[in-house]
Amino acid sequence: MSSDHDTAFIDLRAITKRYSGVTALDSVDFTVQPGEAVCLAGENGSGKSTLIKIISGVEPATAGTVSIAGQERPVLNPRISAAAGVMVIFQDFSLFPNLSVAENIAFATQLSKHKRFYKSAVTRDIARSALDRIGVEIDLDVRVETLPVAQKQIVAICRALAAKAQLIIMDEPTTALTEKEVRRLQGIIRMLKEEGVAVIFVSHKLAEVLEVSEKVVVLRNGKKVAEGPASEFDTQSLAHHMTGRDVPEVPPSDVEAGAETLMQVAGLTKAGSFSDISFELKAYEVLGITGLLGSGRTSVAKALFGLVAPDEGTITVDGQVTPTGDPQAASMARIGYVPEDRLTEGLFLSQSILHNVTIGRLDAHSRGGFLDMAGLVAEASDWLKRLKVKAPDVTAPVQSLSGGNQQRVALARWLSRAPRVLILNGPSVGVDVGSKADIHDIIRDLAGQGIGIIVISDDLPELLATCHRILVMRDGRIIDTLDGKSVTEDQLARRLAS
Amino acid sequence: MTAWLPKDFWTRNETLVAGVVVLFCIIAMLSDPRFLTITTVSDLLRAAIVIGILAVGAMLVLVSGGIDVSFTAIAVFAMYASSVLFLAVWPGAPWPLIFAASIVFGALLGAINGFFIAFMGLPTLIVTLGTLSVFRGFLLTFIGSQRISDLPPAMRDFSRGVLARGTTEAGNFYSIPWAALALLFVIVMTWFILRKTMLGRSIYAIGGSVESARRIGINVRWTQFFVYVYVGALAGLAGIIHGSVGRMADPFSLVGLELSVIAAVVLGGARLIGGYGTLTGTLLGVALIVIVQNSLIVIGIPTTWQSVTIGLLILLGTGVPAYRAKRAASRAG
Repeated sequence: MSSDHDTAFIDLRAITKRYSGVTALDSVDFTVQPGEAVCLAGENGSGKSTLIKIISGVEPATAGTVSIAGQERPVLNPRISAAAGVMVIFQDFSLFPNLSVAENIAFATQLSKHKRFYKSAVTRDIARSALDRIGVEIDLDVRVETLPVAQKQIVAICRALAAKAQLIIMDEPTTALTEKEVRRLQGIIRMLKEEGVAVIFVSHKLAEVLEVSEKVVVLRNGKKVAEGPASEFDTQSLAHHMTGRDVPEVPPSDVEAGAETLMQVAGLTKAGSFSDISFELKAYEVLGITGLLGSGRTSVAKALFGLVAPDEGTITVDGQVTPTGDPQAASMARIGYVPEDRLTEGLFLSQSILHNVTIGRLDAHSRGGFLDMAGLVAEASDWLKRLKVKAPDVTAPVQSLSGGNQQRVALARWLSRAPRVLILNGPSVGVDVGSKADIHDIIRDLAGQGIGIIVISDDLPELLATCHRILVMRDGRIIDTLDGKSVTEDQLARRLAS
Repeated sequence: MTAWLPKDFWTRNETLVAGVVVLFCIIAMLSDPRFLTITTVSDLLRAAIVIGILAVGAMLVLVSGGIDVSFTAIAVFAMYASSVLFLAVWPGAPWPLIFAASIVFGALLGAINGFFIAFMGLPTLIVTLGTLSVFRGFLLTFIGSQRISDLPPAMRDFSRGVLARGTTEAGNFYSIPWAALALLFVIVMTWFILRKTMLGRSIYAIGGSVESARRIGINVRWTQFFVYVYVGALAGLAGIIHGSVGRMADPFSLVGLELSVIAAVVLGGARLIGGYGTLTGTLLGVALIVIVQNSLIVIGIPTTWQSVTIGLLILLGTGVPAYRAKRAASRAG
């Protein structure tokens, strides 16, 4: 054990961190060797962000010692930590959208050398050599705002490399990437490790980084609950350690025979995004729609709720044809839509939970033109309880909640309107394992009450855990309809990629 | 064939604004051939000096992600206070000293903005709206509300100094004052700061993303503080030039001009969200505003239409690129 500590690049011993009485980290030991990739797993609130903040010098530890590169650091701030080679790549990459690729890569380096003057040739050289190190070609002069997400991530990695990173900490590195881009990232990580650069992944979606990692450390409620070689962990055991309970995914129960047809979609077509989409949805049924990014799944989801106007085709709900391209008509037909990007499309982040849940229910609580606030609060509180939202009270702003709880608030809004058909686009994107299982429970539960549910997702286990039927889309068409119970994850993956 | 042009030449705001300026000049020349003479140009240049210096400062604030509406109050405060000061203690002081005093006054007032914005973290618009009122009220209450026309003689000397003067063949007099050098100096210095120093690049970086700037170790507070002090100093310079060239210290002048100046900067492509803005664009924006303010009459539009024209230009000049960006974004998505 002691030799481990001797060679470690990062060596944390008995780190404790308290925030005004709340213990975020409780005597955690944590080491990272040079060239090692470590998965740091844990649910929201487990203390993994706090641990990262301590390593990167953003927050001081309450007790315990931090050593970086064999040197104990009683005083640590982001500059000291960065000078020692610790670089954090945040989920949003922390890039400057208005500056060029070259400047984004070289800025921190120039700054750390206390340069007063800016030289564009030097900047370009730094950027060029960082890109060369991982063998990627990106135009140095374009503004970062014009790049796709995967390339922004590469710019962020290059920035860390240019700043002589010995350890790169990546927060949720794969959430926004397609399968192909994840492969490419894995390749880059392997290259970095060969050069002796260590990597810490902080992630909910661990399966994708597990294969390039040596070690896994799991935190729960501020304590280290598991540590071991990555080969000893799989998605199942990780979820178990993270939540402290087994998260069995029960497959959905059968749709009752003779359930009425809720929704019929016939020949839905929009030039350039999808064509001839036809399917039926029964009451009590969960229908999955999947496909790779760009297959048209999101456009179809939006079209069903009127957010995208199709050129042709009809949508019938309860035997009534609903006008297409009109969200209000869809809402009147009691279709609910929970968007993928709830942060920008679905919720009023700075407003209270109460407001977010009841925004669609103001009419129902009107008393002669005035709002019945007590009724609204009662209804919102009831939903929070039913969906197990962890929140201090209904007046808390939604942005103060974790991803899983935000998603539940978005669900509550639609459920309060008693929908017949509920469309969930990426219901568990950016949500931790425990909340994910809860959301799946909610989906099964709602279907059990007779709501027809459409789940749009590329998370295969999620589809298998919730759906009775799965439509596979490619190039804007439905290429297959699979039975959710009999199909395996492998078969589904192959069908997607073929 | 256009390889020497920047890649985004045709989609840039600067190109659009330059086009409008050229178009305006062509129309003006067609309706009055005397428009494009050295006399008109030197008149326009003189009118552009004070607005130009103020606009460079306003641009810097916009780039850093803030907005400043108090710079006109700073300018008139610095100008009036330094005039009063030197009349009282040393009326015979040389003009560079009086100018330096005005610049220092401006920088100090800018530091007050900077303190509230950078160190207290208050919203820039709120702070500068507040200080606009306070600076102006303080000036009128405690320093004076009388126009002073017998300024220190050195200020009059400055206004007489010209780089070039002459009479055209048609008998029209023209001159380019020393003050034009001040604008040139401001432009060169600001260009150097923005393009060639890490401080300048940090201003752009903060405008792009404050959080990211903080994370990579940019000293956001001092950079913001610098911006407001610099803008204050530029306002002090603009103010004293305004007073010298007009040969009058008028405590009621300048305030009210701030929106025109910000309009010029926005026309030149600076964005209110921060991170974007160039000197070229700003100067073109100033040129456009000055031409509209001074020469609209030449092409037969009554001067009462000035503000309508400026408003339309802002809507077009900023709306068209914004609309184009939106279209491009929706195509990409």
